[in-house]
Amino acid sequence: MSAENPITQTAVDAAVAQALSLIAAATDLAGLKASRANSVGDQSEIAQLNGLVKNIPNEFKAAAGAMIGKARGQLNAAFATREAELFAVEEAAKLAAEAVDVTAAASPSKLGARHPLSLLQDQISDVFVGMGWEIAEGPELENEWFNFDALNFDEDHPARAMQDTFFVEPVESHLVLRTHTSPVQVRSMLDRELPIYVLCPGRVYRTDELDATHTPVFHQVEGLAIDKGLTMADLRGTLEHFARIMFGADAQIRLRPSFFPFTEPSAELDVWHPGAKGGARWVEWGGCGMVNPNVLMAAGIDPEIYSGFAFGMGIERTLMFRNDVRDMHDMVESDVRFSEQFGVSL
Amino acid sequence: MRVPLSWLADYVDLPGDATPESVMAELVKVGLEEEGSHGFGVTGPVVVGQVLEFTPEEQSNGKTIRWCQIRVAAAGEKAADGGEDVRGIVCGASNFEVGDKVVVCLPGAVLPGDFHIAPRSTYGHISDGMMASARELNLNDDHAGIIRLQELGLDPKVGSDALEILNLHETAAEVNVTPDRGYCFSMRGIAREYAHATGADFRDPKSNAHIEGGHGFPLNIDDQAPIRGRRGTDRFVLRVVKGVDVSRPTPAWMVARLKLAGMRSVSLVVDITNYVMLELGQPTHAYDLDKITGGLTVRRAKPGETLKTLDGQTRKLDEEDLLITDESGPIGLAGVMGGEATEVTSTTKDVLIEAAHFEPITIARSARRHRLPSEASKRYERGVDPLMPDNAAARVVQLLEVHAGGAADSLGAEFKDLQPIPAIWLPANFAQELVGVDYTADEIDKVLREVGCVVASVDGGYEVIPPSWRPDLTHKTDLVEEIARINGYDRIPSRLPVAPPGRGLTTKQKRRRAVLSALAGSGHVEVLTYPFISEAQNQLFSVGQPSVKLANALQAEFGEMRTTILPGLIEAARRNFSRGLTDLAIFEEGSVFLPAKHITSTGKLPVGNQLPSAADLATLNATIPAQPSRLAALFTGDRVAQGVGVRSQPVSYQDAIQAAKFVAHSVGLEVTLRQASPKGFHPGRTAELLVGSDLVSIGFAGELDPNLTAANDLPRRVAALELDLEVLFAAAPEIIQAGFIGTFPAATQDLSLVVASDIPAGEVLAVIREGAADLLEQVALVDDYRGENVEAGHKSLTFALRFRAGDRTLTQAEASESRDRAVELANQKFGATLRA
Repeated sequence: MSAENPITQTAVDAAVAQALSLIAAATDLAGLKASRANSVGDQSEIAQLNGLVKNIPNEFKAAAGAMIGKARGQLNAAFATREAELFAVEEAAKLAAEAVDVTAAASPSKLGARHPLSLLQDQISDVFVGMGWEIAEGPELENEWFNFDALNFDEDHPARAMQDTFFVEPVESHLVLRTHTSPVQVRSMLDRELPIYVLCPGRVYRTDELDATHTPVFHQVEGLAIDKGLTMADLRGTLEHFARIMFGADAQIRLRPSFFPFTEPSAELDVWHPGAKGGARWVEWGGCGMVNPNVLMAAGIDPEIYSGFAFGMGIERTLMFRNDVRDMHDMVESDVRFSEQFGVSL
Repeated sequence: MRVPLSWLADYVDLPGDATPESVMAELVKVGLEEEGSHGFGVTGPVVVGQVLEFTPEEQSNGKTIRWCQIRVAAAGEKAADGGEDVRGIVCGASNFEVGDKVVVCLPGAVLPGDFHIAPRSTYGHISDGMMASARELNLNDDHAGIIRLQELGLDPKVGSDALEILNLHETAAEVNVTPDRGYCFSMRGIAREYAHATGADFRDPKSNAHIEGGHGFPLNIDDQAPIRGRRGTDRFVLRVVKGVDVSRPTPAWMVARLKLAGMRSVSLVVDITNYVMLELGQPTHAYDLDKITGGLTVRRAKPGETLKTLDGQTRKLDEEDLLITDESGPIGLAGVMGGEATEVTSTTKDVLIEAAHFEPITIARSARRHRLPSEASKRYERGVDPLMPDNAAARVVQLLEVHAGGAADSLGAEFKDLQPIPAIWLPANFAQELVGVDYTADEIDKVLREVGCVVASVDGGYEVIPPSWRPDLTHKTDLVEEIARINGYDRIPSRLPVAPPGRGLTTKQKRRRAVLSALAGSGHVEVLTYPFISEAQNQLFSVGQPSVKLANALQAEFGEMRTTILPGLIEAARRNFSRGLTDLAIFEEGSVFLPAKHITSTGKLPVGNQLPSAADLATLNATIPAQPSRLAALFTGDRVAQGVGVRSQPVSYQDAIQAAKFVAHSVGLEVTLRQASPKGFHPGRTAELLVGSDLVSIGFAGELDPNLTAANDLPRRVAALELDLEVLFAAAPEIIQAGFIGTFPAATQDLSLVVASDIPAGEVLAVIREGAADLLEQVALVDDYRGENVEAGHKSLTFALRFRAGDRTLTQAEASESRDRAVELANQKFGATLRA
């Protein structure tokens, strides 16, 4: 039998050419898809040629199948390539259309803020917790015994009058707003096991009118260490370490003789503040000393066996010179701009 | 304490170029903190002038001025300002005569208050200088007329430097004296300290005058009620000086020194007693001998007694007050202030001088009781040298003889009942053990002797008797401070002690930080307000809660301690509003003060230097009101600010509730809400906050009562919360346990239920959770619809549900089954129906 074979190379090439031109003619993905049936789908010339394969003589089938298969592979690849090209073009256009002015971004929510005095107390606490100390707390409204008597402020001691204390009505209730966080030291000595290494941060009160450098409500941090063999050298070492963490590796401390009823010997503490606005300088920072034996005895600790040191400084004052806060009013007036400028770190 | 440098130099060598600053720099080394420097503030050509002639000229304003010719330099010589020897000066004063020598401030001089002297045209003349009053030179308050030098007992050469003659070049250093150093309220004490600081030789002014005892004046010391067993006086000296001329002027140098030391010149006799007090630290008192009736008795006051003190006030005396009395009754409040009746006046001839040592507590209490903190009481309170009275009396006698023309009389009296000062045992190595410096035996011995101690080296240590002027040295640690400070604190080495392993922050401390961080991290701003509020503010949010009232509030209106934090936040919001800051989300954590009942008096306190009994400590602690830690927040304005592509959203109760949820979540708890109407809040827009399985109430969140916000100048919508952190923390889990995190695919479904409008959505949600049981992973209320297609009086609540099984992929059928159980339970409990 001699039959005609319509699936010639020429016919296949023509079908491929027709399909490629359709693929090339598509200018967007939708057009490409719309012409899919005619380019590579059921309605395409190559599909029609393929449909003829079953009718041709067997001896031609293999060659025709191979020819068509190759052509289809070529067309599918061309289609995919074109599809990818068009996708990329369209995606680029989409992205271009989505562009915004990023500098106009709104702030639908804000980071809040801690009050810097509150943050600074936490930071100072962390310094001492890192050294194994613990943080002790106590009531702001105290019985006078804890605020004065137990701290070697005798009922008639001139220093007791010096403290500018807020008293509670009636005065014979012996309740006062604590004038320092030292009553927490007393409570620590009464409640804790020896040796004791505690830091007492908190709010304290004195009857000073509010001005640029005073406030009747302020914050202190006091440290207390009671152990065997503690000396003023340990006090100095602790304060130096503390100062360096707060003010940088170049910070130094200086002790000057002074007087506090609850320490003997006593000292005023200055810190060399290398980062001070306007140049490095000495700044008065706080008071310190070796715990007075009377204070140890009030807490039932034998001063012949144990010794201890204590120190204290104002948080407001520290914030003032560490962070260049010029006016106490800023710290107490609750203006949100003051806290917000610090956010959650100092 | 103000220290005129020339006076200090009398008792210790100062370098030639010493200034107040250099003196203070030395004194601070030994513990006397610098306070500042003082001078008269007068510079330039100020000379002695002589009135040659003057013409009174009546002015149109009714005032008569004098047009004067004043010689300001020897004839033919240039004056100190380089000008003529005779000047025309207009003077408003009229207390001078021709021939008087006066103080003339020539052009170029500058007086206190930056007052520059220059020739000026006035009352029709060119006034070429100024004749000065005492006030204009900062000498005292006298401005009645100009200074006439002869009234000061001076007759200097015309043209000579008046600043020199009046000691107005002098300067003073001011140092702060701590309460333990009473002896430093004297030149004697400061000079000693300066010697300690510099090593310069100290010359004790104690022996400035020769002591001669007086006798024959009746004196009776009769203290029937010593305080704490200590007699009111243990040393009392009386001396008499006769024929005193009280009209004589106080010498110019003494006036200048007193002035620089901060004391006003009053009259010769008073000035001398003040001068001696400043010199030796020993207060003395001068009586007009003729006004004393009979002898003196020192005793405590009797009930009902009064005394008119020198300041003219009649004081009701207390039985604890120690008095100087004569046969007429009280004539002085011992160590505090003398009486008016026996005061030295312009007619006084004979003076009785008292110099005594009084017991500090007696004087402190009297001074405080009568609100009379005098120069004398300040010194007695802090301790005066008990060995000084006879020296001081002798010094007063001497100065009265020299400057007032008096004559010491043999009349006088002495009382002496001094107790020996107990020795302190100082173990040899104690200073080293406490300070950490390896002091040599020589260093210890030297310092103790320098400060005035008597030191005996005994085996293993020192027997130390402190000097009479150092009542603060009572314990070996006091001696160590002397050794440490005089050797210099700079010698103390540095050593970092190693604490035993710590436990870190307590759970409560960690939770507090978690709460504050959560709020700050979610847009809230922490503030710290004063806890002083008014009675009315304390009642804004509570009923019947007793409050703590201050006895000495700075502002009477804000005299209570807060029982809630919100009033402070309302004030804070108001202040921010006044500064144009209206979008607020502020919070505060702090104590509130909650006495269980009204505060009452309690008994005497235990002594300070020994451990009270457990029962006494418990009693003390029981007096202290509860001070729980609270958290409050307040919201105004917009939660979301208008921006590009963002609409503003005003704050509402939701912000307060959301913040409360953050707070609870930050410590591992969820909040359950219950409709509530606490005082101060909006009755329909406030939730009670409940936590834990037993639904403990921790506080409230919602909107404030609009009437309250209006009364505080805030907008109608203010959201707020206040909760008790102690209760919250008590309910929080110690350790948060992890739940199962399923990884099989979830099935989600929406559910719309119609229920009566008054049924709280939160309860419906809880029932869905209960009904749907374990397969339900999450449920959220996403809509509350009322209106068309929903029966009147009802609402349609739409919930988004997410189901998941832990061990398999859930089918929609299983999810639906679970959901249907939820619907069924909601139907049983609330009559809920599925929305069609």
